Amino acid sequence: MAKARVKVPKTAKAGDVITIKTLIKHKMESGNRKDKKTGKKIPKHIIDKFTAKFNGEEFFSSDWDTGVSANPYCSFTCRVDKSGEFEFAWHDEKGEVTTKKASITVG
Amino acid sequence: MNEMKLKAVDRRTFIIGAGASAAALAGLSSLAQATPQEAADFLAKLTGGKTPAPGKVKLEMPEIAENGATVPVKVTAETPQNEGDNCKSIAIIATKNPRPRMCVFHFTPRSGKATAAIRVRLATTQEVWAVAEMSDGSWHIAKTTVKVTIGGCGG
Repeated sequence: MAKARVKVPKTAKAGDVITIKTLIKHKMESGNRKDKKTGKKIPKHIIDKFTAKFNGEEFFSSDWDTGVSANPYCSFTCRVDKSGEFEFAWHDEKGEVTTKKASITVG
Repeated sequence: MNEMKLKAVDRRTFIIGAGASAAALAGLSSLAQATPQEAADFLAKLTGGKTPAPGKVKLEMPEIAENGATVPVKVTAETPQNEGDNCKSIAIIATKNPRPRMCVFHFTPRSGKATAAIRVRLATTQEVWAVAEMSDGSWHIAKTTVKVTIGGCGG
């Protein structure tokens, strides 16, 4: 499991559009790099899908290709009208999934 | 070279010449670089052949990126982002990277705003496109050029 960090406001007013920031530690190996010792290409290994859910509803997702930097940072927004839980998931092309949860109180 | 000769060099020959020198450069750095044509082909595939109109989508990037390995990008579509009028997706396309598609954001009315930020790799100085698909089926595009001092796609 790769190490992931998310920043979600603790509280918000109903109807607010909040900004969420996410960061995950991952090399995002592009497949274009060569091993300096052997001269062989390092195989491609990236996270190709990111999803964000609020109370089980997917409200934002993103498809990533080799053009995304190492340790991908991604920020986006969500309209909240009640308290609930966010769930974020990073899908690696080898099938590994990293998830992270965060909750918000809306009053 | 006199003026007549300069004029005689038409667009086609110029592009071929430029392509050849780009290929020579790519050979040096052993980097398979896509051409703007590949980016245009990808765009056509994405929109289903529709030509996106300018406006309605904003692409924010630095004019000069010292390090191509991590260049911040922010995209925003000007929509109310409600059930009837929203932006469905925004794709970020590089015109001179090994692969034209860098990332695609998918929004919903729940997103509240059609905006997202990410960091991308740029192999060289190039034009970057942001292409937005609206809920009414229309497509919009924004373009910007980023100068890159050190390329970020490895070699």
